[in-house]
Amino acid sequence: MSDAVIKCESVYKIFGENAEKMLQEANGNVDAKTFQENGCIVGVNNASFEVAKGEMLVVMGLSGSGKSTLLRCISRLTDATGGKIFIEGQDLLDLNNKELIDLRRNKMGMVFQSFALLPHKTVVENIAFPLQIKGINTDDSISKAMDMVKLVGLDGRENYFPRELSGGQQQRVGIARSLAVEPDIWFLDEPFSALDPLIRKEMQDEFLRLQDKLQKTIMFITHDFDEALKLADRIAIMKDGIIEQLDTPAKIVLNPATEYVRKFTEEVPREKVLLIEDVMDQTKNDNLGDLRVSKDEIIENVAEKILTQEKTVGVIDSNNKIIGSINPTKIINTVFGGRKKWKLTYGIFKKKPKDISMVVFISCFFCLMFFNRSPRNI
Amino acid sequence: MFLLVVFFALCFSIEVPETYKFIRGQAEFIKDPNQSTFVFAGKEVRYYAFDVFWRLPPLLGWLPIWINDSLFFLMNDWMPMEFWNEDTQEFKTRPLLLQISRNLTGFMTFIIELIREILLGGLETIVAFTSWDFIDANPWAELPGLPWTIVAAGATILSYKLSGKGLAIFAGLTMVYISIFGQWKPSMQTLSFILVAAPLSFIFGLGLGISAFKSKRVEKALYPILLVMQTMPQYAVLVPALVLFGVGDHAAVIITMIVAIPPMILLTLLGLRAIPPEVIEAGRMSGCNNWQLMFKVLIPTARRDILIGVNQVIMVCFSMAVISAFIGAKGLGFNLLLALNQLNIGLALEAGLCISLIAILLDKMSLAWANKQTDYFGNLTFFERNKNTIFFIGAFIIGIILAYIGTFLFKGTFNYLFEIPHNKGISTADFWNKGVDWIFDTFFVYIKAFNTWLIQEVLQPMRALYLRMPAVATIVLVVGAGYLIGGIRSALVVCGLTLFIALSPWWDRALVTTYMATFGVIISCLIGFTVGTLCFQSKSAARFMLGVCDIFQTFPSFVYLIPVMMLFGITDTSVLIAVIVYATIPATRYTIEGLRSVPIGLHEAATMSGVNKFQRLTKIEFPLAFPHMMLGLNQTIVFALFMVIIGAFIGTEDLGQYILKALSDKNGAGIGLTLGICVAFIGLIFDNLIRTWVGKRKKHLGIA
Repeated sequence: MSDAVIKCESVYKIFGENAEKMLQEANGNVDAKTFQENGCIVGVNNASFEVAKGEMLVVMGLSGSGKSTLLRCISRLTDATGGKIFIEGQDLLDLNNKELIDLRRNKMGMVFQSFALLPHKTVVENIAFPLQIKGINTDDSISKAMDMVKLVGLDGRENYFPRELSGGQQQRVGIARSLAVEPDIWFLDEPFSALDPLIRKEMQDEFLRLQDKLQKTIMFITHDFDEALKLADRIAIMKDGIIEQLDTPAKIVLNPATEYVRKFTEEVPREKVLLIEDVMDQTKNDNLGDLRVSKDEIIENVAEKILTQEKTVGVIDSNNKIIGSINPTKIINTVFGGRKKWKLTYGIFKKKPKDISMVVFISCFFCLMFFNRSPRNI
Repeated sequence: MFLLVVFFALCFSIEVPETYKFIRGQAEFIKDPNQSTFVFAGKEVRYYAFDVFWRLPPLLGWLPIWINDSLFFLMNDWMPMEFWNEDTQEFKTRPLLLQISRNLTGFMTFIIELIREILLGGLETIVAFTSWDFIDANPWAELPGLPWTIVAAGATILSYKLSGKGLAIFAGLTMVYISIFGQWKPSMQTLSFILVAAPLSFIFGLGLGISAFKSKRVEKALYPILLVMQTMPQYAVLVPALVLFGVGDHAAVIITMIVAIPPMILLTLLGLRAIPPEVIEAGRMSGCNNWQLMFKVLIPTARRDILIGVNQVIMVCFSMAVISAFIGAKGLGFNLLLALNQLNIGLALEAGLCISLIAILLDKMSLAWANKQTDYFGNLTFFERNKNTIFFIGAFIIGIILAYIGTFLFKGTFNYLFEIPHNKGISTADFWNKGVDWIFDTFFVYIKAFNTWLIQEVLQPMRALYLRMPAVATIVLVVGAGYLIGGIRSALVVCGLTLFIALSPWWDRALVTTYMATFGVIISCLIGFTVGTLCFQSKSAARFMLGVCDIFQTFPSFVYLIPVMMLFGITDTSVLIAVIVYATIPATRYTIEGLRSVPIGLHEAATMSGVNKFQRLTKIEFPLAFPHMMLGLNQTIVFALFMVIIGAFIGTEDLGQYILKALSDKNGAGIGLTLGICVAFIGLIFDNLIRTWVGKRKKHLGIA
């Protein structure tokens, strides 16, 4: 892809004293365990990917999976140990300090999990901060910041201090601050993780609205798979520093590449993620009913319609041309099929612990009775 | 348990040698045929020899002499160089260090004089730029100094601008008080001293704090010095400074800086450390370069701790303003000392109040300045924007006119609208003195009885007990405690510190110091913990008490001696009571803060399990707040040690007395410094033990 804004080529980040030497010796074959024995911790292990202009890449992983480290390598808050990172074709690791600062002042914006607002500045001062750092004079930067305040819907609170705002509002300030310099690339490091579920949902919607309007190139970090599914154009799932799978949400749900990824996808309500296109039968079928559905429709929205049909339903593309078919059984399979297995296993597990705990309890009881008789104080 | 058994066994098995007596006063300097001597590195040390188990020989006795000699060498013989002498217009050979110190003092003197002359008038500054001949030719060039009305108005307007009406009224009242009570000149002298010392200490402290934050190596190098400096009594630093910088305000400024910088460094470092990494990253991502990151992100974010540092600096400056009167700093401190010497309690009280008021004022002003916030959306007119400046110019003109009118009004006498001279103001000194006399006359019997009882029944036996301890037993006890609390490492550190004191010639004195401090600490902890606990029961009381603690902490330590001398005269009791009052502050404060830090969730959980107030206190709040309260104990010990040493001014026979004596001794530098280190080490022993214990305990409780 030529229009890749961010491009990573086998990026490594290893913490520890002689990390670089060890990386060279490992010769591209980094094993976390052997590194750990030598006092090094592998943060990012051989990450290669591209993010296209206007695309939103969500990096998903549990805590300690190296997703935040990856982001910090790309924003060069930490220097990668090995590999190459290109921002708009420019090698990030080649930049000197001044060029890096220029890049950050004009091209990059970042939002943090704990908001990272400056406690001594008001909302508007916080938002104006990157502008003032850039050297824009006070009046201009404040008026620009006020525009951002309006954009994130905080008007009337511009003179509040961060401590006087709720979590959601603080993160709005964080978002506004990161957008103030009109960056092309937008990094978000678990921006909504510290928020309540309701606020989180609200902020996600708000975020989608903003992205609709602004069309930035985004790297979004989260540990919430649902959030990833909701927001992402593509998802990268990380584990122990390795990118396990990088694909569109639908493909990840349908074809999990590894066991680890499969575990995440199991609980996902497929009807909310998959499109008709993903599950349709592409072979030609003449025995179609009257109903037609678009291939870009999410299953959930059309499931009821399809299920009321007796005959197979035709799938059309944007030109109203029939490109495949789908029958009600298929829908039922997709919606419930994945989860049946999981429910069964869960049932088995549910029974077992009870028995075990009973045994433990009784044996403990006997032990107590037995030991109590022996003299304890010497 | 085992430790105590060993300790007492040692205590009882080692008899007091018959020849042992606690040597008072100057007796140690008299040659005595009973003394033994040893020679180390060319220095002869004489001492009374005892059984090694009873008292260790003062193997470090050469240290002060050696320090003295090396200082002398550095100042007089080290690296002589040729310097251009302005006065005689020729090159002159001078040792490098002497030249450096002279240049430094010259510079300091110049700044102090400059500020002083703006406030009070004079001609030194102008002379510095021109010459005496110029002044003789143009007598008009002599600065007249600002009339007090203008300074008062200026302080009020500045306070108003910074914080609002409340502070402005306070500032105005303070200034009027100072002026009316005839303390104007000394106050301005003190102020000029502080206006130099405080900002310089702040800048240096901040700078060093930042460099320690940036480089691990600097931090490692600074840390032990900081620790010792923090517990070193301020007296002790005076003596070497006397040698290096001579007598006067400049030396006082330098000393004040030396004392005030360490807490500033520590608090800067603490504040910078506490900044969440994400804030730093946010700063970086906003495109800050290193400079912007430091001054626009890090320092403002760490503002809270840095402000506490500023507060400390101001506090130390004021307490040094008094103490440095010993080495010839002019101002309120000098007056206070003089009044105390003459036992003129009333006068001392007025001067003390002046110092405290200025201290509180400056403290509040610096706080307000740091908390100030700009309003971007006010569309202000020119007048509104500059009204404070305009008001000040107005006040300036009015003040000058008033002063000018004053010259007609008070013809032949003093111009009260310009400056109220020292002895012409209102003074309540007589009233206070009479009050003190009255109290003395009326309650003399009771006070005396109390005094005698305390000294005979409590203090003397306690002191005897401390002195009765064989050195070996003490070391075993302390090191054992170190081992139990912090393992081998802590034991070694504590052992080193104790050995230093034991091997110095002042072990007995150190024991007396410790006994006084212990007594003070025990009583003030009892009071502090009780008061703190009681106040904690109601929120407003707690807030009130913390406020009181704040204000009390702003008082320079010397001020505490005034009221106790009023009541108890010149006895050990006065010192101890001053110690108790002074040391109760941190005890109370940390108790309240410790109790406050107990999570609310636990409170609720306790209430839901149906405990009553008392149970909640003993079962939940105390155990959890205990580590924090122990930190309070730590502070209490440091404060108590400070006060014990300062109490030497009243007359004690501990280490402090020797430091005071060293001040007037021409070979005192080494002795003063070594004694200071001894006191610092006493503090550090407790500090180490308590901190290690608190650290462990906190980890245990999971609130570290």
